[in-house]
Amino acid sequence: VENVRLLDRFSSRRAVVGTLYLTATHVIFVENGSETRKETWVLHSQISSIEKQATTATGCPLLIRCKNFQVIQLVIPQERDCHDVYISLIRLARPVKYEELYCFSFNPKLDKEEREQGWKLVDLNEEYNRMGVPNSYWQISDVNRDYGVCDSYPTEVYVPKSATAHIIVGSSKFRSRRRFPALSYYCKGNNASICRSSQPLSGFSARCLEDEQMLQAIRKANPGSDFIYVVDTRPKLNAMANRAAGKGYENEDNYSNIKFQFIGIENIHVMRNSLQKMLEVCELKSPSMSDFLWGLENSGWLKHIKAIMDAGIFIAKAVAEEGVSVLVHCSDGWDRTAQVCSVASLLLDPYYRTMKGFMVLIEKDWVSFGHKFNHRYGNLDGDPKEISPVIDQFIECVWQLMEQFPCAFEFNERFLIHIQHHIYSCQFGNFLCNSQKERRELKIKERTYSLWAHLWKNRADYLNPLYRSDHSQSQGTLHPQIAPCNFLYKFWSGMYNRFEKGLHPRQSVTDYLMAVKEETQQLEEELEVLQERLANLQKSQSGNNKVKSKQEDRSKQFGLYTSNNSLANTPQEYSSDLKSFPSRSPSQGDEDSALILTQDNLKSSDPDLSANSDQESGVEDLSCKSPSGGGCLPSEDSGKDSDEAVFLAG
Amino acid sequence: MEFAELIKTPRADNVVLHRPFHLAVEGTLCLTGHHLIFSSRRQDNAEELWLLHSNIDSIDKRFVGSLGTIVIKCKDLRIIQLDIPGMEECLNIASSIEALSTLDSVTLMYPFFYRPMFEVLEDGWSSFLLEQEFELLSSVTNEWRLSCVNKEFSVCPSYPPVVIVPKSIDDDALRKVALFRHGGRFPVLSYYHKKNGMAMLRSSQPLTGTNGRRCKEDEKLVNATLRSGRRGFVIDTRPLTVAQQARAKGGGFEQEVHYPQWRRIHKYIERFNILQESFIKLVEACNDQSHNMDRWLSKLEASNWLTHIKELLTAACLAAQCIDREGASVLVHGSEGTDSTLQVTSLAQIILDPRCRTIRGFEALIVREWLQAGHPFQQRCAQSAYSNSKQKWEAPVFLLFLECVWQIHRQFPCSFEFNEQFLIMLFEHAYASQFGTFLGNNENERAKLKLPQKTMSLWSWVNRPEELSRFQNPLYEANSLVIWPSVAPQSLQLWEGVFLRWNRPSRFLEEAEEERIHIIKYNKELQARVNTLRRRLAQLQAQDGEVQEEQ
Repeated sequence: VENVRLLDRFSSRRAVVGTLYLTATHVIFVENGSETRKETWVLHSQISSIEKQATTATGCPLLIRCKNFQVIQLVIPQERDCHDVYISLIRLARPVKYEELYCFSFNPKLDKEEREQGWKLVDLNEEYNRMGVPNSYWQISDVNRDYGVCDSYPTEVYVPKSATAHIIVGSSKFRSRRRFPALSYYCKGNNASICRSSQPLSGFSARCLEDEQMLQAIRKANPGSDFIYVVDTRPKLNAMANRAAGKGYENEDNYSNIKFQFIGIENIHVMRNSLQKMLEVCELKSPSMSDFLWGLENSGWLKHIKAIMDAGIFIAKAVAEEGVSVLVHCSDGWDRTAQVCSVASLLLDPYYRTMKGFMVLIEKDWVSFGHKFNHRYGNLDGDPKEISPVIDQFIECVWQLMEQFPCAFEFNERFLIHIQHHIYSCQFGNFLCNSQKERRELKIKERTYSLWAHLWKNRADYLNPLYRSDHSQSQGTLHPQIAPCNFLYKFWSGMYNRFEKGLHPRQSVTDYLMAVKEETQQLEEELEVLQERLANLQKSQSGNNKVKSKQEDRSKQFGLYTSNNSLANTPQEYSSDLKSFPSRSPSQGDEDSALILTQDNLKSSDPDLSANSDQESGVEDLSCKSPSGGGCLPSEDSGKDSDEAVFLAG
Repeated sequence: MEFAELIKTPRADNVVLHRPFHLAVEGTLCLTGHHLIFSSRRQDNAEELWLLHSNIDSIDKRFVGSLGTIVIKCKDLRIIQLDIPGMEECLNIASSIEALSTLDSVTLMYPFFYRPMFEVLEDGWSSFLLEQEFELLSSVTNEWRLSCVNKEFSVCPSYPPVVIVPKSIDDDALRKVALFRHGGRFPVLSYYHKKNGMAMLRSSQPLTGTNGRRCKEDEKLVNATLRSGRRGFVIDTRPLTVAQQARAKGGGFEQEVHYPQWRRIHKYIERFNILQESFIKLVEACNDQSHNMDRWLSKLEASNWLTHIKELLTAACLAAQCIDREGASVLVHGSEGTDSTLQVTSLAQIILDPRCRTIRGFEALIVREWLQAGHPFQQRCAQSAYSNSKQKWEAPVFLLFLECVWQIHRQFPCSFEFNEQFLIMLFEHAYASQFGTFLGNNENERAKLKLPQKTMSLWSWVNRPEELSRFQNPLYEANSLVIWPSVAPQSLQLWEGVFLRWNRPSRFLEEAEEERIHIIKYNKELQARVNTLRRRLAQLQAQDGEVQEEQ
């Protein structure tokens, strides 16, 4: 469709005209006119809603909201075209078969071996070994080898040694969807562990001997403690209501030596609505401070984030400080339980705060334990009530921790944002389906690529310059402040206003420091070379004075040296090296150089992302855009003819 | 008056000091004329706390049996608690602190007694003279002149002795204009934009009154700053209704008929007690110990503090935009021209002028646009957020300005030579200081108090290399461009460095800052070493070449 206008959210006058293309996988908007012919690419799988608005004189507006929080406003001249696009997109954004998803057609031009290597990057067996299991308390159980006991669990599950197959199967029958207690994290230092399960089918009075034995076995696997915590992450009221349906929670009287605790994280429906409300606030055209803060509070989003964090902090404290094992569950044990277990693991173990460790963590607590990615993130057309930003909340918890502990994480904010992006993009196979079983049936590993390998390949873009493996923050358990700390939880504009570049800091400290570190590394190398050459030169010179007979020979050698030198390392060349650090030279270019760098980085690591982020029109006029980009001045379009009117409107 | 008369109990032992995020410490409390000194001589943890009495905003006492507790709330927003054994000692100490922290005579303040322990390399009192500023200006334009019309502070009591005005306006005209402007604050040059020759002027409101009085000289003065055929903008920091009401009291605004080349924009900036209340509410919210997330956000919202930040930044951006983008001159004023006017003109300069983002340049800006321009520091910063006095002239105008600078700094972290600590330091010294810089309400009062002779200037201390190094931003790279901040709510944050400074764990953030400094420092070291080696290598090669030639 030609002559489509892409509107800027903040100003109707900065619309660009271009051509809209629909392909099997993407919506592509190509600008007319400008030399660069900027392109905006949006994957169909990123589209969360499409809205056709009332036709106006200029055309038919179409509003596309994306799951990565991009909002695109198009105006299509012909109503008929708009309708066609709308109908097509509705169909394309809601695939019904996995085979329609992008990862089955996405081909990064890697051979078979590289693809296999990619999938091997994260190995959970290796991870459990790293934790220190199997050992004298924990063993691997093959009771679920054909998904015979629980179809949403992985085939290999770690359980206490004293838990026999009989106990496991018995316990599984007493748990929702047969998700019996299994090991999530084991603390080598003190034998305390985090286990996870679903709720017990206790109703008002039902008991299950095997389930009681199972919990007993978990306690015995930690000889240092005479009780375990059972953490129900639901609000008490919700858990009690479940009893009427034959489900519920553990009765302290029936289980020996447990301490039962409710945490009060709301369910997926509350979270979905909360995000919806917050995004409405983000989308406001030029909100006042009150509108924004009031809307943010009203959405309850940060309150929910804090609830998840508090649960994670509670568990980490129990494990690290009290040395007590914890069993965590919610209803089905695949949403809140995954959030809470992974936050606790992240606090407890510095390994999960490295890039590789974080991939392992998501693979362990989310992918392998059957977090329903397909349902929660709407990859295939399904029940909209199943959709909820569960892992988004976990990712935000990590960001909140990064803000409080700037040196504790090996990766940076961009890493989190790109992971979030790809959970929805379906470009890689990692997050397809609802369980390991389904993924095996679909032969995901043979037919798609792994995100982790892709991120790992571009890890230079995702490094936190402040991270050092020998820094105190990258050791041991993190202890976030508990109270009073409400103010520590902040709105994450980098995520929820990700495509509103004008709102973000104009210079990126991270990119700047990474460039400096890169330069430092080059300097270190050059220093070494220089020292070596200096030493050689001094040696040969002193040799020259002493042994004149060998002079000819030596000078030949030296001649070789100088020619090498002029090629390898001369000051001129070095200064051109310096120029290759765009982020370091706001003085040389304009103030948006940091932004340019970000986009370059995106490009190198992620062609798809960069295309999406190309919402800015031409970097050269960003400086004049910025006040308006920020919705700052009502008069941002103060054309020379009408400035007074516009100014006064403010 | 002898301070000793006010100190009935100069010393108390076995006092316990409580602070958030610190373990309680036992030690000795001493009172002197200007300080409260707490020292702990415990072997493992010897430490001393020196607190200026003038830093104390309010003091509460309570008793449990014979154990007295004093809660001291400081102007830098810190709260400390002292447990003092003995009811009498506690009462004495509390009443002494109360008296010493509320001395009403300026000349009894600490700056008049302070003797520096450092060598003065440069007298800060003469570091930033308007004459130097004018010299710089003269190198790019000759349209302005330095006027000494206010030499005796007779034309405008709140202006400095010298001001910069358009060359074509003589001193007689200035005297007439002064009569037409509130408090005699006639329009003077605040900033000259070299890039396009546009000027920013500031003044107070014109005294048009209800019958629309006019002053030909005033019109001539402001028009003298316009390029032919171009127009200018008057940015009035009051809403139109307030400006109209001001006419009843003799004030007013520039009317279109008399200033046809000027367009007036009303950009409301909150002032006085509204700001003070907002400040108090915000600090209350930050000190709230409850665990409820919702209450925090609604209290933050209810304080309106960030709204004021947004309004002020927007007005400053607007002024900067008029100058840089519209190529127009700007006149900024409110009523008196000593508060919101200065906020707008100084922030606009931060945006427009790279020099103001250096340490020296920022200091010069504060001297020029705040101290010399007659912002009444003594009145505005007499009390902070904990005081019960609620005087109508108290207002955190300067703090609001500093926070706006911080907001811009946060968005352009590599474009400022100074760091956040520098801004926090200025906030502290504006409210309580050993230096005389922020005493008095204007240059006239400072001259009468003989501050330059009798007290030490803050700049004498700050600009010493060893102090300066604490305030330098390791990420700084000179950026010669205009920097346009975003003022969307998503882009503005609470200034934690001031408001949560004492009630958040700061260790991890400090470690991050150290890490940043370390990365840059190591890089610079390596650069220096590589350069040295390169030179030596070149030398050796040259020598070697000579040897070869000889042979």
